[in-house]
Amino acid sequence: MKFINFINNLDKRWIYLVLALCIIIPFIFPVGFPMKTTPPVKSIYDFIEDSIPEGGVVLIGADYDPSTMAELHPMAKVIAAHALSNNLRVLFVTLYPQGAGMAQDAIDNVLREWNKSNPDNPKKLGKDITLLAYVPGVSAVVLKMGEDITQTFNEDGYGNKLSELEIMNGIKNYKDINLMVELAGSSVVLTWLIYANGRYGLKMGIGTTAVSAAEYYSYLQSKQAIGMLGGLKGAAEYEHLLGKKNVYGGRKDASIGMDAQSSAHIFFIILIILGNIAYFVKKKKEGK
Amino acid sequence: MAISTNIWIWIAALLTLAIYSFLYKDNPFYKFAEYLLVGISIGYGISVYWHNTIITKVFNPLVYDKNFLVLIPLILGLLMFSRFFKNVAYLSRIPIAFVVGAGTGLSVPSSFEFLFKQIYATMPLKLDVGSLIIVVGVISTLVYFFFSLEHKGFVGKVSKVGITFIMVAFGAAFGYTIMARVSLFIGRIQFLLSDWLGIIK
Repeated sequence: MKFINFINNLDKRWIYLVLALCIIIPFIFPVGFPMKTTPPVKSIYDFIEDSIPEGGVVLIGADYDPSTMAELHPMAKVIAAHALSNNLRVLFVTLYPQGAGMAQDAIDNVLREWNKSNPDNPKKLGKDITLLAYVPGVSAVVLKMGEDITQTFNEDGYGNKLSELEIMNGIKNYKDINLMVELAGSSVVLTWLIYANGRYGLKMGIGTTAVSAAEYYSYLQSKQAIGMLGGLKGAAEYEHLLGKKNVYGGRKDASIGMDAQSSAHIFFIILIILGNIAYFVKKKKEGK
Repeated sequence: MAISTNIWIWIAALLTLAIYSFLYKDNPFYKFAEYLLVGISIGYGISVYWHNTIITKVFNPLVYDKNFLVLIPLILGLLMFSRFFKNVAYLSRIPIAFVVGAGTGLSVPSSFEFLFKQIYATMPLKLDVGSLIIVVGVISTLVYFFFSLEHKGFVGKVSKVGITFIMVAFGAAFGYTIMARVSLFIGRIQFLLSDWLGIIK
């Protein structure tokens, strides 16, 4: 009973402290928990790997801000790196003002790491990868892109005229985009699914925060999206798949966090079990 | 171990610690970091809107390209501000009516098409356990939210099956939520240990 009272009266700051240790320790002493690749992640990887011809276009929607950066930023980097490794063109687009900063950071990082690991096949901003300038309007922007991408944005995120960029050669609208992967932790994913996929038939993949992942599984089953990366785990799986190709030397941000994720989950499972035991024992005692 | 010498990394690290200090108890460092975040986010948003909308979409086309069609959305946009003046506040209804009308017209057909795809996906194309679970899950969950009949007898039993499916969905969502929150914390710890303190690569 003493233990049950201890659980019930435990200061939650002790839980925060143990959780912090559960996350910090695996970073310093990695365990190397095994990782299995799930079909929704593999289907996006396989599509980029096998179904898009050289010179094809992957559109990445960076509709997130620093609050969900930990989960979605590794996805942006690894998908862009994968597309570059297959000599595809990568266009970033954002419907959020803060997304522009996120996309620019991802582009800088991927270009730097790519050119460091592949000096014989360097990639260039404006030729192989760029960011479309942020334009407010959300659904209006998605719809206008279906008619004319250059007219929608006028310039890229760096102030260059879009019509003068080499990367835009032969790209007019969604018909010229082979795949769109929308990275967001909000309902903006639905905007893309409703308008770009529903109205224009744009092939789509989803990269979302773990909070939203359960909600979006139904769009995989209905084949409105070809695949999904759910949270840090989804990004880690993708990094694992790209790692097998051994073409990109960038830091595997998601993968190195998976040990910490697993140990935190074990801690949470223990807490849930202890919490339930304490609850039922207390209830039983009070019932008597 | 190589501690960062970049001033911005230090600022980001100290602000991260200031935010997490709230877990111990509310304090001025947390409040400072919180207000700074709100202020900078708004300032950043306004500057992006100014450049990417006012300059790129209004000023440049109007002044350099002499595209006077831009005046129509510009006037509609300015009419929104009439709400601040009582005697002409009714004028703001014009742009609102335009936005609601155009928005509804654009979204209704696409949304229906979108929903039909979801409904179609619940139709079993082959007889297997997965399809059966989907059909039973969708119907029983819908019955649970059908309030025109009392949940007794057969309807009560079906709605009980429905609530079971709802609980399973809540459980999955809760599990994913924990994973998401831990991931955010991992992101910050990774930043502190790697970019700031240089303990890990």
